[in-house]
Formats: sequence, structure tokens, C-alpha cells
Amino acid sequence: MIPMSWYLLFAAALFSIGLYGVMARRNTVAILMSVELLLNAVNINLVTFWRYLTPDRSVGMAWAVFVLAVAAAEAAVGLALIISVYRNRDSVVAEELDVLRN
Amino acid sequence: MDIMELLRSLIELNLGEYLLSVGTATWIVDLIGVMTLATVCMILVIFLIWLERKVIARMQDRIGPNRVGGKYGLLQPVSDATKLLSKELITPAGADRIPYNLAPILIVVASLLTWAVIPVAPGVVGVDLNIGVFYILAISSVSVVTFLLAGWGSNNKYALLGAFRAVAQMVSYEVPMIVALLVPILLARSMSTVDIVEAQGIPFIIVVPLSALIFFISALAETGRTPFDLLEADSEIVAGFHIEYSGMKFAMFFLAEFLGTLFMSAFFVVIYLGGYRFFGLENLTIGHLHIGPLLGFIVFSTKVFLVYFVFIWIRATLPRVRVDQLLDFNWKFLVPLSLVLLLTVAVMDKLFLADANAVTKAAVLMVTNIVVGWVTIEILRWRDRDGETAVVPDVVDDAHEAVAAH
Amino acid sequence: MFEQVFFIFVAVVTLGFALIVVTNKNLFHAALALMGTFLGVAIIYVTLGAGFLAMAQLLVYIGAISILIIFAIMMTRHMMSAEEAAFNSQAGLSLFTAVAFFVLVAYVFISYWPTTPADAMLATMTPVDPAILENSVVALGQSFVSPNAYVLPFEVASVMLLAALVGSIFIAKPRLKEDEA
Repeated sequence: MIPMSWYLLFAAALFSIGLYGVMARRNTVAILMSVELLLNAVNINLVTFWRYLTPDRSVGMAWAVFVLAVAAAEAAVGLALIISVYRNRDSVVAEELDVLRN
Repeated sequence: MDIMELLRSLIELNLGEYLLSVGTATWIVDLIGVMTLATVCMILVIFLIWLERKVIARMQDRIGPNRVGGKYGLLQPVSDATKLLSKELITPAGADRIPYNLAPILIVVASLLTWAVIPVAPGVVGVDLNIGVFYILAISSVSVVTFLLAGWGSNNKYALLGAFRAVAQMVSYEVPMIVALLVPILLARSMSTVDIVEAQGIPFIIVVPLSALIFFISALAETGRTPFDLLEADSEIVAGFHIEYSGMKFAMFFLAEFLGTLFMSAFFVVIYLGGYRFFGLENLTIGHLHIGPLLGFIVFSTKVFLVYFVFIWIRATLPRVRVDQLLDFNWKFLVPLSLVLLLTVAVMDKLFLADANAVTKAAVLMVTNIVVGWVTIEILRWRDRDGETAVVPDVVDDAHEAVAAH
Repeated sequence: MFEQVFFIFVAVVTLGFALIVVTNKNLFHAALALMGTFLGVAIIYVTLGAGFLAMAQLLVYIGAISILIIFAIMMTRHMMSAEEAAFNSQAGLSLFTAVAFFVLVAYVFISYWPTTPADAMLATMTPVDPAILENSVVALGQSFVSPNAYVLPFEVASVMLLAALVGSIFIAKPRLKEDEA
């Protein structure tokens, strides 16, 4: 029997690893990969609460499927933007993309 | 350990239940089942290599292997395997170790995993998942990643290019395959493979022939067979993403391709040809002996080999398509057609056939399929009326003009 | 007992892959580790009884998004990219923030976890009637098309996916030379 807190702790750990990745990485593609980690952690949370509290209703699962779909769309658009930026600026390092600064 | 009971359970394909009743642990029975399935599949591949060479040879009016192992060359695949085993495993310099070595392992694992949900006889299935078809699609999707691993790990521009083309082809042809598979799922009201077999009083290839055709074409492209085999054609890209593999690692890719083709034949049989069903033969009971499962297994094997023969037949007959023709054919023809088909079948099934018996339903749906197919062909013919197809380049016309000018 | 050991093993392996994703300089290795993370998360979904979502995770994340990320890595690398530093100047502060966040959340979970009998069901996985879990896929499907449930978000999600599809193709298209002139 696995307590619910174990799943939530696992999701929190995944979320903090993703958080560190988003804030600390230089390469934009790596930042996007860390965002995917964040979204996965959220999904695990949703499914855990669905399974333990309301397994007979489909709210949790439906929400998790929507998060999955939105994550897919966001990854596609984000990567298209990165490719376009690379074509114009020849760099994908987040610190070097500072044209709008000051 | 009653020998008669053991023999009886073997004939009735019920060994697992007999072992459980004798007292073996569940996990041992599961392990025996898994190992039987994996071993049988891999040994069957050896026979399939021989079959393919012989059949293609006969279709090309020659004899094929006839030296090794008697008049029919039956031991030819064994000598092929021995040759591959004895070759030196050369790792290219600068190759990324982990992806390079992981790719052949993963591709065989993915090809074997999908066999878990194929019902080979009534009551004999690895695991009856209620999302069986979805499981198969997910595992096929995962196996696409192995091409990238192989291409990147080889540290070779041509391997990388071949890997990109392979991935583009696989990912593109998954879309019409999934949409075409939704039609039998819709008709059977379930994603479980066992439920789909049980729902085929009339095999679905007769009820929705257009969906079977679209699935068959997509399966051809998914397994990388001709006419969609530019991934590995020697004249195109010198063996594509598995250039840098030698010996047993190359044999793994080879094995995975044959396993994949056999699996697609089995999947086609389960979804469209009625699996192990044959006018009630699978329920036959002679006296005390419940011989139905064995007959069902024989029926299933026959059907699978028939479909596999069609795969080989197409390979021996049709020429290869170009990569842009490949992608055009998929996105501009197969995807819209499969979507329209799904829409039409769903509307007909829900609105007009809600309370019809099986034969009426089958007849109406078959007519609907034929109408959709005929309308598509008419549309294509109408667009082509001045000779302006979207696929043939203008090179042919320019060449004609150049010749006519002289 | 076996379930607990299995869960701990899968969780540790997944977190290990996630650490490789955020720390590895070689982007391709990071992408491979990302695929490993997705696989681990799919296994966790299976232990939670959400088989459909696990297969969807495999299909969407590993079969599509990972491949997209690898393509983007290929298309945006310089010829000699191995010498770039992996972390930017705020790496230390973000490490502190992430660890502090995790410690805070873990403290809340462990010390303020309800222990009254009424909430005892939160401590262990309530053995749910297997029929309910079997039926969850059907219930999910019905909730997506029922007017009292989530048909509107479902349709909006499909329009959003179409917009993302068209938009990303348009953004990533290479500009023809005549347009730039």
C-alpha cells in the first residue's frame, strides 16, 4: 500500500528539478525541456488526486489529458520559435537574446 | 503431475490453467508464457527469411537459395545467421557509446512488446488490456525513437540523414494508421483486441474495406517495406541509419524489421480478418476434448501467413516511391481520406444503423465505403483531366518539349 | 511491500534521469534522459491505475515531443558546441530556490498530513472496485462528448492544437530569398 504522500513528494521533487532547470540553464532548448518536466510533475499530481479521492469521476483524468494536449502544443510552438530565432540571431543562448533590453 | 491431464491441457492450449491448478506460482506461469511467445516469434523469423527469398525469387522467375540444406535451401537462413554472428563488431571512431549500443536492443524490445495483446486462439492472449489497440500504437510510436538513437550514435552524416528520413516517414504514416484504426474500434465499441475479434461476426474487411486498405498502406510504410523502403535501399542512401552497424547488431535491425512485418500481418488479421474465427470452428468440441483453441490457432496462423504473403508479393512487384512523393501521398491523400472515412462511418453507424441487425449494417457500411472510395477516385480524375497532377514533376514535360524542339 | 520497493526504485531512477536533463552539457544526452523521465512517469501512471493516460504519455511525449526536441537540437547547434557552459550566472541562487521550495513542500506533506480516522483513506491507496478503474476509459470518453461535462474544453483544445500546428509550421518556415530582398 503506497501512501498518497509518496506520490505527491515525487511530483514535488520532479517539479523542483524542473524549476532549477528553467532558472539555471543557458540554452533555450534546455529551458524548454525543463518546462516539460514541470508539466509532467503537475500531471502526476492531478492523477494522484484523481486516483485517491475521486476515482469514480472523470474530472482528474480529463484535466490531465488536457494538460498533456496543451503541453504538446506549447512544445511545438516553442521549438518553432527557437528555430526561427536561431535563423535570425544565430544563437539560442538565452542570455544573448537581449535586443529588447534597455 | 498427471501426464494425461498435461497432454490434454497442451492440446486445448490451456497449459497455464493446468499449471496454476497444480500449484505453480502465478509469476512462473507468466514467465513461461512470455518466454514461449518471444522464442516462438524469433524462431519464426528464421523461417520467414527463407520464405521471403524463395517467394521473391519465384516471382522473379528464378529459383532462389537451393544449395544450403538440401534442394530447397532450407538451412540458408541458418548460414546467414552464422555469418552475421561471426563478423567483427566494428564501432566507428567518435561514436556515442550509449545510443549506439542501445538502439539495436531497444528496437527488438519494442518489436516484441507489441505481441502481448494479440489473441492467437480463443482464450490465449498475453494480456487482455481494455486499451489493447492503443497500447500497440504507443509502443510503435516509441520504436520510432530508436532510429534517431542509431543515426545519432553512428557519428556519420549519412546515417543521421537516413535516420531523419526514417523518422519523418514513420511519424507521418502513424496519422492515417491511427485514424483508420478508429473505424473498427468504433464498430466494435472497444479498444480491446479480444473484443474486436469477438465483434467480427462478419470480418471487418468486408464491412469497411476502405479502412482496411488505408491501414494496410500505412502498415507497409510503418514497417519500412517496399514501396516505402527508401530508408534502407542500397541505391538511395546506402543502408540508411544502420550503415555503421556490423555483425550481430545489424542482425538485430534485420530481425526487428521481420518481426515488425509479421506483427503487422497478425494485427491486420486480428482487426480486419476476424482473428482466429472461422464460421464457429474455434468452438468445436469433440467428445471430451475441447479442440477449438487448437483449430483457432491453426486458422490464425494460416491467415497471418496469407497476409504476410501479400506483403512479400507487394515487395516483389511495386517500385519504390521518392521521398517527396511519399510525404505528399500521406498528407495530401491518406490523411484527408481517412478523416472523411471516419466521419462517414461514424455518422452512418450512429444515425441510420442504430437498430439494424449485423448483415444490414455490414451491407450499408460496405456500400458507404465503396461510395467514398469511388468519389475520391472521381475527384482525383477530375483534377487530373488536363494532365496536371500534383505529384509528377514538370521534368517530364520539359523533356518532351526539348525532344520535340529538335 | 513489493509495490513500495518498486515505486521507490522507479521514482529514484526517474529523478536521476531528470537530474541528467537539467545538468548535462551535451544536449542530446539531456534529450535522451528526458525520454527516460517520460518513461518513468508513464510507469508511475500505470501504478496509479491510469493505463490510458500512460499510453497517451508514451505516444505524445516520447513518440512526438522528444523527437521534436531532438530535431530542434540538431537544427540549432553550432559546429562546435561542446564548450558552452551549461549554467548561467544565477545558477547558485536558483539551486537554493529549488531546494528551498522542495523542503517547504515536503515539510508540509510530512508534518501536516491528516491522521484522523476520517482521513485515513489518504494514507493508503483505497482498494477501489476494479470495475470502476476498468470503466474509467469509457467514463473519460463520455465526459469529453457530453454537453454536461467537458465537450466545450475538448473542442477548444482541438482548435488550439490546430492553431499550434499551423502557427508552428508558419513560424519555422525558412524565408525564401525573394522575401528578404
